[in-house]
Amino acid sequence: MLAKRIIPCLDVKNGRTVKGVNFVDLRDAGDPVELAWNYSQQGADELVFLDITATVEKRKTLVELVKSVARQINIPFTIGGGINEIADADALLNAGADKISINSAAVRNPALIDELAKTFGVQFVIVAVDTRVMGDKNIVHLNGGRLPTEKQTLDWIKEAESRGAGEILLTSMDHDGTKVGFDNGLLKKVNDAVNIPVIASGGAGSVQHFVDVFKHTNVDAALAASVFHYGEILIPDLKGILKQNNIEVRI
Amino acid sequence: MIGIIRYGAGNIFSLTATLERLGIPYGMINTEADFELYDRYIIPGVGHAGAAMDKLVNTGLVPAIKALNKPTLGICVGMQLLTSYSEEGNADLLDLFPVKTLKFPQTANFKVPHTGWNQVFAEKENPLFKSIPLGSHFYFVHSYFIEYDPLYTLSSTSYINKFSASIWHDNFYGVQFHPEKSGIHGETLLKNFSKI
Repeated sequence: MLAKRIIPCLDVKNGRTVKGVNFVDLRDAGDPVELAWNYSQQGADELVFLDITATVEKRKTLVELVKSVARQINIPFTIGGGINEIADADALLNAGADKISINSAAVRNPALIDELAKTFGVQFVIVAVDTRVMGDKNIVHLNGGRLPTEKQTLDWIKEAESRGAGEILLTSMDHDGTKVGFDNGLLKKVNDAVNIPVIASGGAGSVQHFVDVFKHTNVDAALAASVFHYGEILIPDLKGILKQNNIEVRI
Repeated sequence: MIGIIRYGAGNIFSLTATLERLGIPYGMINTEADFELYDRYIIPGVGHAGAAMDKLVNTGLVPAIKALNKPTLGICVGMQLLTSYSEEGNADLLDLFPVKTLKFPQTANFKVPHTGWNQVFAEKENPLFKSIPLGSHFYFVHSYFIEYDPLYTLSSTSYINKFSASIWHDNFYGVQFHPEKSGIHGETLLKNFSKI
């Protein structure tokens, strides 16, 4: 059976790993290549690197990081952050990235999804969506959840799928950093509405939260950062408990 | 030493990085004369099977590939090229295996592409799967699959239906999953291939 995936996410700035609580305060949590290697040894199924570097040297630094990761890691990994055009994606693919993740750039220019899918194949394109509840609606947000758009989350995800997204990474900004569990209500709605894999993100605080998200929403993967970075949840323990709960995992 | 057949279909950085990490020597094949320099070959491939076949035809290497008698491993789309035909681009392929590459049907409960780690079950004795436990997980990402055929299927995986995770006929091998991304078992498979 196809296994549910556990994905640690590493936020990277200037070649170092950082993780913000609710994406605002940043704390240094180590060397990304060493962390990545460590996670692959622990049994992580995949890794996501989100680059939040803002300098002009960004692409060069990131390409070097991607090459180092590809040299040392034997599991798939995704790169996100600041990919605005085909050339950005091409440089990362050639450096060994398995997938790229686009977020704001896709909202601002939805045709970018079509172009990337056509050039590299749908399997290369993850569309990341940051969502926050406003009134009684789930609204797509940009800039780490600070800037609301006019798009409703489910509508945007369906549009992304039809344009060629191969996977959806859905982060609830209301849950992110809170450790109260994933937003299972929204995740189930989204997962039932699309025919591409969905990665749940935002809110993981305990092993039970991972059990719940797979049991209640049937998403394909669950992503988290701080609970892994600070050793609060160890991946072998997490997978052991998922297996006890009859959730298919790779051990 | 492994010769990697270069024809411009997809990125091979991860594959070469993995071979380097494992200490498996390799070189590149760009012309027919290069085949003699190596004792086994890999046909890589990512993307669209029909487009990949067009690129391979343009290299002029197709007759030489069809005549190879040393161990040859196709990976992902490189595996699909070994079959007779793909629904992706309605393309005639190398026809080294009289089986077809088909699109996963749309179903309510299964998403496409088939993305992630799935279990692989070897169905025959073959050194390619030496020291790899039955049911080990390998990393897949594909929307087209090679039909199951007891004659040519070396290992199988189930997703929507049972299909060929790997195929084997004489000196030709193909794997649908990505051994270079499949953790320790993927590394074992590549080491096994380097010794076949």
